[in-house]
Amino acid sequence: MSFFGLDCTRKKEKEVERKIRANDREYNSSFKYATNSIKTSKYNPFTFLPLNLFEQFQRIANAYFLFLLILQVIPAISSLSWFTTVVPLVLVLSVTAAKDAIDDINRHRSDRKVNNRKVNVLISGKLISEKWMNVQVGDIIKLENNQFVTADLLLLSSSEPLNLVYIETAELDGETNLKVKQALTVTGDMGDNLEALAAFNGEVYCEPPNNRLDRFTGTLTFGTQKYSLDNERVLLRGCTLRNTDWCFGLVLFAGPETKLMQNCGKSTFKRTSIDRLMNVLVLFIFGLLALMCIILAVGNGIWENHAGSKFNAFLPRKENTAFSAFLTFWSYIIILNTVVPISLYVSMEVIRLGNSYYINWDRNMYHARTDTPAEARTTTLNEELGQIKYIFSDKTGTLTQNIMTFNKCSINGKSYGDVIDHYSGQRLEITEEMTPVDFSFNRLADPKFFFYDHSLVEAIKLELPDVHAFFRLLALCHTAMAEEKKEGDLVYQAQSPDEGALVTAARNFGFVFCSRSPETVTIEEMGIQRSYELLAILDFNNVRKRMSVIVRNPEGKLSLYCKGADTIIYERLHPSCSELMKVTTEHLNEFAGEGLRTLVLAYKDLDEEYFSEWKQRHHESSVALEDREENLEKLYEEIEKDMMLIGATAIEDKLQDGVAQTIEQLAKAEIKIWVLTGDKQETAENIGYSCNLLREEMNDVFIVAANSPEEVRQEMRDARLKMCPATEQDKFLIPEVILGNTPKVVLDENVNGDYGLVINGHSLAYALESNMELEFLRTACMCKTVICCRVTPLQKAQVVELVKKYKKAVTLAIGDGANDVSMIKAAHIGVGISGQEGMQAVLSSDFSFAQFRFLQRLLLVHGRWSYLRMCKFLRYFFYKNFTFTFVHFWYAFFCGFSAQTVYDEGFITLYNLVYTALPVLGMSLFDQDVNAGWSLEYPQLYVPGQLSQYFSKRAFMMCALHSCYSSLVLFFVPYAATYDTVRDDGKDSADYQSFALITQTCLTVTVCVQLGLDLSYWTVVNHLFVWGSLGMFFILTFTMYTDGLFQLRPSSFAFIGTARNCLNQPNVWLTVALTAILCVLPVVAYRFFYSQISPTINDKVRYKVRQMKEPAPRPRRTRLTRRSTRRSGYAFSHAHGYGDLVTSGRFLRRHAPARSLGLIPTGRSPGFKPTGRSAGYSPVGREQNPKQKVEPTSLQMFRAVKDSSF
Amino acid sequence: MMASSYNAKDEDHHPGSVGSGGPGAVKSKKPDNTAFKQQRLPAWQPILTAGTVLPAFFMIGVIFIPIGIGLLVTSNNIKEFEIDYTGVDMSSPCFSCSQNYSWNSTSVCTCSVPFILDQPFESNVFMYYGLSNFYQNHRRYVKSRDDSQLNGDKSSLLNPSKECEPYRTSDKKPIAPCGAIANSLFNDTLELFYNHPNGSRIAIHLVKTGIAWWTDKHVKFRNPGGNNNNLSIVFHDTSKPVNWRRPVYELDPSDPDNNGFINEDFIVWMRTAALPTFRKLYRIIQKKKDNMTPTLPPGNYSLEVTYNYPVRSFDGRKRMILSTISWMGGKNPFLGIAYITVGSVCFFLGVVLLIIHHKYGNRNNNADIPN
Repeated sequence: MSFFGLDCTRKKEKEVERKIRANDREYNSSFKYATNSIKTSKYNPFTFLPLNLFEQFQRIANAYFLFLLILQVIPAISSLSWFTTVVPLVLVLSVTAAKDAIDDINRHRSDRKVNNRKVNVLISGKLISEKWMNVQVGDIIKLENNQFVTADLLLLSSSEPLNLVYIETAELDGETNLKVKQALTVTGDMGDNLEALAAFNGEVYCEPPNNRLDRFTGTLTFGTQKYSLDNERVLLRGCTLRNTDWCFGLVLFAGPETKLMQNCGKSTFKRTSIDRLMNVLVLFIFGLLALMCIILAVGNGIWENHAGSKFNAFLPRKENTAFSAFLTFWSYIIILNTVVPISLYVSMEVIRLGNSYYINWDRNMYHARTDTPAEARTTTLNEELGQIKYIFSDKTGTLTQNIMTFNKCSINGKSYGDVIDHYSGQRLEITEEMTPVDFSFNRLADPKFFFYDHSLVEAIKLELPDVHAFFRLLALCHTAMAEEKKEGDLVYQAQSPDEGALVTAARNFGFVFCSRSPETVTIEEMGIQRSYELLAILDFNNVRKRMSVIVRNPEGKLSLYCKGADTIIYERLHPSCSELMKVTTEHLNEFAGEGLRTLVLAYKDLDEEYFSEWKQRHHESSVALEDREENLEKLYEEIEKDMMLIGATAIEDKLQDGVAQTIEQLAKAEIKIWVLTGDKQETAENIGYSCNLLREEMNDVFIVAANSPEEVRQEMRDARLKMCPATEQDKFLIPEVILGNTPKVVLDENVNGDYGLVINGHSLAYALESNMELEFLRTACMCKTVICCRVTPLQKAQVVELVKKYKKAVTLAIGDGANDVSMIKAAHIGVGISGQEGMQAVLSSDFSFAQFRFLQRLLLVHGRWSYLRMCKFLRYFFYKNFTFTFVHFWYAFFCGFSAQTVYDEGFITLYNLVYTALPVLGMSLFDQDVNAGWSLEYPQLYVPGQLSQYFSKRAFMMCALHSCYSSLVLFFVPYAATYDTVRDDGKDSADYQSFALITQTCLTVTVCVQLGLDLSYWTVVNHLFVWGSLGMFFILTFTMYTDGLFQLRPSSFAFIGTARNCLNQPNVWLTVALTAILCVLPVVAYRFFYSQISPTINDKVRYKVRQMKEPAPRPRRTRLTRRSTRRSGYAFSHAHGYGDLVTSGRFLRRHAPARSLGLIPTGRSPGFKPTGRSAGYSPVGREQNPKQKVEPTSLQMFRAVKDSSF
Repeated sequence: MMASSYNAKDEDHHPGSVGSGGPGAVKSKKPDNTAFKQQRLPAWQPILTAGTVLPAFFMIGVIFIPIGIGLLVTSNNIKEFEIDYTGVDMSSPCFSCSQNYSWNSTSVCTCSVPFILDQPFESNVFMYYGLSNFYQNHRRYVKSRDDSQLNGDKSSLLNPSKECEPYRTSDKKPIAPCGAIANSLFNDTLELFYNHPNGSRIAIHLVKTGIAWWTDKHVKFRNPGGNNNNLSIVFHDTSKPVNWRRPVYELDPSDPDNNGFINEDFIVWMRTAALPTFRKLYRIIQKKKDNMTPTLPPGNYSLEVTYNYPVRSFDGRKRMILSTISWMGGKNPFLGIAYITVGSVCFFLGVVLLIIHHKYGNRNNNADIPN
């Protein structure tokens, strides 16, 4: 077999298993693995032109114009010079090509920068600084602190004890917290011994390149031993080494085969509803074009038969009639091609880009605290923002701040945290004015922590043992890391904010978590430093919903401390606690009612013998290869029982600023908000009330929480019957649509009153089944507010898809976490909150900003304007082009259907590009009917967008009719005015050239006047553009008709002198004025008439603005910080995501989260995994969907900390 | 009607006070506070209110109606006389000529068409010939010319543009001027006689120059070599258009500045008409020097036609038009009528809209906007 053939077959074969031998470039190169140089650029200088042109001509519009160009070079058909098509086409192509080229140059530049980064590579026993691109699979490289990881590496050894390394994965998955990786002991022993490393000849067998960030399987064969490799031994490209002096790694995947690059897949391409409408319209326009051309071709046939044949003496003709008609058809295709405007698409892109920049520039969407401006990550969806009908919102981090504050607690049956008025015994509302507890006794207290109940501090100072135990537990049982930046300034790095809040609370109450090492946790108890030996961490996951630590205190006593969800802990309490349980349950209910997140704390003293025996079994299980997870689980179950209850904590999840007001505003704009949250029902309901989604004055709030499909169906039917007693079964579908294969559309149903719907994940699973989804959708759409709780990421996407499928409405999904990625991708518009929880949501979103409240500005101001501008643009654009084109149609009846143009060819070329391009662009970049303040004052202004009132098929037809009228005026007024007329010196003025000039002057002036009428916001730029274009028309016209240009090319500039001879006639100017007035008169009358008879909301608001003659209203600053008893609520569930506790500490192993984006049913390429996310899990989902099961690898996290220590 | 629009605007009015962390800190990502970027550019925001629309309508009415009246009066004051000499009717003097036409006939057919002017024509009188149903604006016709050749380009003279086909060459010689337009040059000769009441027949002096646009005569059309003498040499290697009786250098042998390509009759013809019915300036009758007597007094006239141009084949008509002119050009009542109509309609619409505004406008505009 030839070398070539071998190469080919290898390329074709998919890599099944990767074999690498360390330090053996020769061996590795036989497999032709990719080198580490990456190439994200598409072109090089030679391929740019052909490739780029090829790509561009794949667009229908460009291909169409190429086709026209071909038609134009056929002499018999060519009714226009080739340059009328070439000039616009070249302009469009070169603008696009320039943009592509700049993009590609930037890509080249970044590629080069990355490829030329230096790294130390171990080559024949020496460390040599090499460029990244020269690194090969199988090389051993040395990374230093704060360096980027060069390629996907197998971690061999590190400077840290236990061969740990810390990495930051911000570039990879957006999470900023550090993660820990650990090398195998056998490789770790090599340390930085270069000789040993150079001699290392381990062989790695591993999976082929893939894009799964959370998974890695492979084996290392070194010496005679085989070691299994998993994700924990691998450093991925894109991470950054932190807090680690150095480490050595073996390159497994390089360059394009790294997981980072494999993940840079294509993102799904979203189109706006206007785009889709445009596609339909363009088809319609093609139809219209064909129709016109057929009519004219037939006309030509008839004319040739009658008049043309007799006219032969003057105009001989070779073809027969039919052939002449056929040629005429194509000639008119060329002439009338301006109905399908090439510049339309380019202009639309420019407008969208401009409006995207406005979003980026908006200071009112800039969040100062996090220094985050809003960002339009997709620049092609702006106008869709003005048409949103449904918003799907995540809760945690989106509606809420995801900042947890320790608010209340219950210790040994006593509740702390409320401020009681001494005289009346009433509970007081906590306000800013109250004096918080003074923590000055504790030098390590966090100054940002506030607590208002002084009795708890007193209890601490009284040294009540329960209170001490309570806080000791909080200080010990967690996975946070402490960092002492300055003396006395502790910073905790906790994976979940809940945990951070608890540890901080303990810190302020005198139980300061100081530091930890693999074996110890050091805390300062009321000023005395004590070191606890940490024997095991029984980590949290969403099945266990609890975590425990086993520690030995300095006195040598063994204890197990546990915190977790109440239901779970209650099952595992010692029977002697039953009294306390009752009181605590009351407190828990109270806390939950106030919308606080609660956790129950318990402890257990352990017997030394029992524990050592347990430890032994634990060690065995954790090294076992089979059923490791199950056995561990059993072991955990076994030891976490008969615990003693200490108390409960309550944490407040704070709402973001302005959430309630924003929701109120959006509701006024008739946007429906559905909250999709992973939280429990009570919690979700609570948050619904506190952010105005659910209101006390609602007629009813239906709660669907049933356990069987029948019950769910029945509950929904009941709800519907109550909302609309007259509801009939099948009236909700558009009948004719049912018959066809097109998707059904569910119409909105009228409901008397306001209703809310709360549905839990379990019922939602049934409701989303195909036989019930319509029922669910109907019910949900009849309600003002829908809250889905306990939903999985998959269900979030399913709900969005459901609405997309059956409702002709634009949807928006907003979220901040990885569990929102699926719905963000599913919705028409995805908005990411650039919050505290990593960037996955932002990375897959179309727009991002820091605060939920910016949504109202994004939609009500930017969205509305963008939509308005795009619609105005389209209406005007079609108007001007149709008007321009239809004149040719009328002229055909007077020139023997000969495809003679009305205008000069120069004018045809420049009309769209120069004379009318800028004014309309200026309109679509600056126009605003009312300013931002008024837009927010009257959210109803948003409604026309939802109904697509500004641009629809009907509006398009109106445009076409309007153009038809205008073109008739534009043709017949000059026709009549010049008919048999002469100039004021008796000379000819009804000649073709003068007529062309008069008509095109009339046209230019008319479309400018029409634009002026449409333009409601005349900035300096608009003035410049409008007057400039008009001036440009005259300047260029005179220029093109000069002697000089004629002398250069007599045949191209045959219009010499026409402008001079024609435009000095008063007659001509009277004609121009007459056509302009005649064209706009009906429009003005019509608009004024309707503004009087039935003014739209826009008319009313603008009228009001005019009357008030005032600047925009100062936005009211009613910052309602609700302090009522109804507040954001999470009951009972310490809602950690699967990954939460696991990753933060140095002891923790990175574990794999459950399958995530594979959840999206549409099969999009999976992006980042939803790791590190609280409130995103769903135990329900586990039961419903076997795919949701936590994968085996993820259970490895349950292993206790240091296997070897047992 | 409370609008509780929440807005975090306070953050904006103290640039640099938040987020930037003081001078020297990392540059804040806060967007610039410029009117452009914040979309607060000062702007004129016109809206259609009763206060602007209704006066505008009345204003247009007030302006347009007088203009229209002025135009109409002007147009009506223009004297125009038109006579069709095609000879379709048997009774027509030119009937026989129209019957036996041929491009190449060497025999000259003349006919005399008598007519009466009722009114005196004062000042300069312009004489036009008019053709109808003649498609000078047909695409193939319009482009069948070579402007380079007409501009005196020597190479184009001998190698005319392909657009001229099939009138590009004849007898293997290039045609000058080439193309269908030139080939179909109007070649009737019109002469005007005034039959004085005293019986004498006075030939009216017809000026044949000054009928073409200055730019056409002096820029667009030039004889090859720029020399208007010895045209026969210049055009030696060319052949005359097939329908022509004389070569181009004999169009007006008497006047070298009106011969060849710069012959004004030719230039006027070459300026193709926009519509199938058109008139072209043929001759000018200059006003009498004394200003006392009209240029054309009322009375009997006869039009002597040398009938060469065949139009019967395509149902065409030939007319002779005599017309005076005004500041707005020739007679055309359209603009006047249109202005009066538009003005009246505006006025009427203004009244209607005023009534509507009174009846509905206040109700709707003063209604509160529900919030």
